[in-house]
Amino acid sequence: MTKYTEDDLKKELETKEYEYGFYTDIESDTFPVGLNEDIVRAISMKKEEPEWMTEWRLEAFRYWQTMVEPDWANVHYTKPNFQNISYYSAPNKKPKYDSIDDVDPELLDTFKRLGISLDEQKKLAGVAVDIVMDSVSVATTFKKTLGEKGIIFCSISEAIKEHPELVKKYLGTVVPQRDNFYAALNSAVFSDGSFCYIPKGVRCPMELSTYFRINQAGTGQFERTLVIADESSYVSYLEGCTAPSRDENQLHAAVVELIALDGAEIKYSTVQNWFPGNKEGKGGVYNFVTKRGICEKNAKISWTQVETGSAVTWKYPSCILKGDNSIGEFYSIAVTNNFQQADTGTKMIHIGKNTKSTIISKGISAGKSQNSYRGLVKILPNADNARNFSQCDSLLMGNSCGAHTFPYIEVKNKTAQIEHEATTSKIGEDQIFYCNQRGIDTEKAIALIVNGFSKEVLNKLPMEFAVEAQKLLEISLEGSVG
Amino acid sequence: MSFKDKLLSSYIALEDYLEFDSPLHDVRNNAIKIFEEKGFPTKKEEAWKYTSLNSLLKPDYSVYSNKERNVELKNVRKYFLHEIDTYKLVFVDGVYNSFLSETTHDSLDVCLMSAALNKSKYKPIIETYFNKAAKSDSLTSLNTAFTKEGAYIHIPAHKEVEKPIEIINFSTGNEAAMFLQPRNLIVVGENAHVQIIERHQSLSSNEVLTNSVTEIFAEKRAYVDYYKIQNDEPTASLIDSTFISQQRDTVCRVHTFTFGGNLVRNNLNFYQNGEHCDSTLKGITIIERKQHVDHNTLVHHIAPNCESHQDYKGLFAESSTGVFNGKIVVEKDAQKTDAFQQNNNILIDDKATINAKPQLEIFADDVKCSHGCTIGQFDEDALFYLRSRGIGLKEAKALLMYAFANTVLESVKIPELKVRINKLIANKIGVSLGFQL
Repeated sequence: MTKYTEDDLKKELETKEYEYGFYTDIESDTFPVGLNEDIVRAISMKKEEPEWMTEWRLEAFRYWQTMVEPDWANVHYTKPNFQNISYYSAPNKKPKYDSIDDVDPELLDTFKRLGISLDEQKKLAGVAVDIVMDSVSVATTFKKTLGEKGIIFCSISEAIKEHPELVKKYLGTVVPQRDNFYAALNSAVFSDGSFCYIPKGVRCPMELSTYFRINQAGTGQFERTLVIADESSYVSYLEGCTAPSRDENQLHAAVVELIALDGAEIKYSTVQNWFPGNKEGKGGVYNFVTKRGICEKNAKISWTQVETGSAVTWKYPSCILKGDNSIGEFYSIAVTNNFQQADTGTKMIHIGKNTKSTIISKGISAGKSQNSYRGLVKILPNADNARNFSQCDSLLMGNSCGAHTFPYIEVKNKTAQIEHEATTSKIGEDQIFYCNQRGIDTEKAIALIVNGFSKEVLNKLPMEFAVEAQKLLEISLEGSVG
Repeated sequence: MSFKDKLLSSYIALEDYLEFDSPLHDVRNNAIKIFEEKGFPTKKEEAWKYTSLNSLLKPDYSVYSNKERNVELKNVRKYFLHEIDTYKLVFVDGVYNSFLSETTHDSLDVCLMSAALNKSKYKPIIETYFNKAAKSDSLTSLNTAFTKEGAYIHIPAHKEVEKPIEIINFSTGNEAAMFLQPRNLIVVGENAHVQIIERHQSLSSNEVLTNSVTEIFAEKRAYVDYYKIQNDEPTASLIDSTFISQQRDTVCRVHTFTFGGNLVRNNLNFYQNGEHCDSTLKGITIIERKQHVDHNTLVHHIAPNCESHQDYKGLFAESSTGVFNGKIVVEKDAQKTDAFQQNNNILIDDKATINAKPQLEIFADDVKCSHGCTIGQFDEDALFYLRSRGIGLKEAKALLMYAFANTVLESVKIPELKVRINKLIANKIGVSLGFQL
């Protein structure tokens, strides 16, 4: 075997093409491009939504028109033309399926190529999969098992129709319509997404999981996810993404809202592997996501993310620690390669007493990419005994990439205890030498080191997801993860 | 008329007295244009997110002081480092005071900016260095446009200055509200060595706003040791911008001690232009009441094999606010950089606030960069340990505060200054422990 060096790895990283790029041809029911009040109304009508929902969307849309696209993030891209996007596209076949056999075989094939065989998962993993393919939910499994426990897990449009009281009560309470430019846009035009409600005292027996895909050329996707964990309940929610290769930039502006009531715990894990653009930096997905959760008394929200895809990522999963003794956690691995740009991090807002938060962020940059951590830890005057620990580590491969850290720490309470540390390094020659000495070849050594670097975060992923996360790290940093 | 308009019209009046033919005039004109365009910074700007100048811009400041004031030495002696012999550059209300000063032209120049600007023998130096390191942000530009007076220090190559140089700006309060803009230029030649102490002091309770700009150029292997003492009256505010341009093998150290003043903003910028530079930025901040102190540091690693060390300690009592915004930029070519930044804060009272933003922007892979930032309280166990040995609560806390600040104090190289700072700290925390660090 020839000697495998860091340079080889770098070369491999640069030439690595997007493995999961393919395009499924399904007749789509697509709206004309452009955005105005009529389009918003039409989306709402198409989804057979009640009056209040239409109004809610319109309110968001009217406010959005007065807003300016933000540019404070450490990313550079051509701003999307919002009048050049089609805001609705749904697979044209029958919108609902009773069993897996009714699903379009071509669709099923797509999922097989992605490595998620529905029937297999049904049997093996114990994972209920709510698949969103171009905005409309086409299959929901394990609904019965969940139903017995009183758990509601369905698409958000179904929830608007069947559980309006819950949606009305919670939608927009964590991420208001006016929160930011993309959240407002999403509020106006969201096409579908997932809804999940765990009743009091129920521990969800399986990992809930959704796969989002962007499939139709030129359609942006605007999901809306709402997860409500009632008192003392527990849920682990997984979200994973892959998208086909497209030349044109695709916009993705999702909103995720988590509500953890007293004593509840939500674990939200994401693996994101959208098309990052080719190695000249052409194409790729724009990923502008607003994710936020609110913790009531004794509640806990834990975000785990593995970000390997997208040309531009702009995402800050946050926790509002409103109740006393609540806990927020954020574990993240962000890998950027070629011309990818990521500006990601978290916000921990401590409002209640004895609140705790932990932030572990690992950034790996290769090629000509830029990787930024941007985080806020805010301790309000009443948040006695708040505690935060933050750690942001960056690993640089080659000297054409950049790693940036922008932590904001705002403390207004004297009993707070905050620790923040950040380091930047490369894979040390002595580390590799140490491994070589012990009979581990350089390729394995690099794999070991990268693995060790991200271990703290990988460990936080649920079992079912850890495999996929490993797979995605492999794609982004092939040759380095063993 | 807003303060900005007032400044703009004062500039027009000032232009009549200026050197028309010199290239400096263009520099001024450009600078005032930048200021006119940008105006005073607002909280909307990222660099000013946590500091608002609004309340400072309200008083009707006098921009020029016309009469020369006299200050009695006996009244101000305490502000000098009088235990040892020093060179002194003293300005009263922005005007040079020859009686209190001690300048020299003997083998080195410790003199005035006004002289350097007007005398032809200094022309080459002014042309090479003036406004070359300063950024063109609005406040620095404002200062550049109005450059009139300040310290001009030129240390020729291979000269070790035998005693420290003190730069002191007094404001007498003869005007109801005074706006001062000192401008200092310090050029340290090859292998030269210098120690400088800078201080701004108000002598009354009238309002003073100082917008000070200092440029320091360290040529090959130069050594610059700079101390800033900020212990002003509660009605005096200071915006200090310091730009240090380092050539290869230079060592530059800046210590900032902030105990007083209403609002203090320190923009401290280091540019490492040559290999093997060493930069040290250290500070102790102990404030109370409604004081607001904002440390904004930048270390720009441009050349390879350089080091930087930052260590800022802060103790915040009552309703005071502390801001630390530290930025380290490592350029692509600056391989083997070793950059370290540490910021530790203790909040003593309920209403105190600290906003910290330690920032890293790294474009080179073979570097060692880290920052640490903590916010906490006194260690309960340590307090208990001391108290169980018969030390009172106040003294025990004071001991811990001293220990906390010690990493900064121990690198002060002028013993008399160290004693002085010790006294200031003891005074500030209201306990004298009968020993010095």
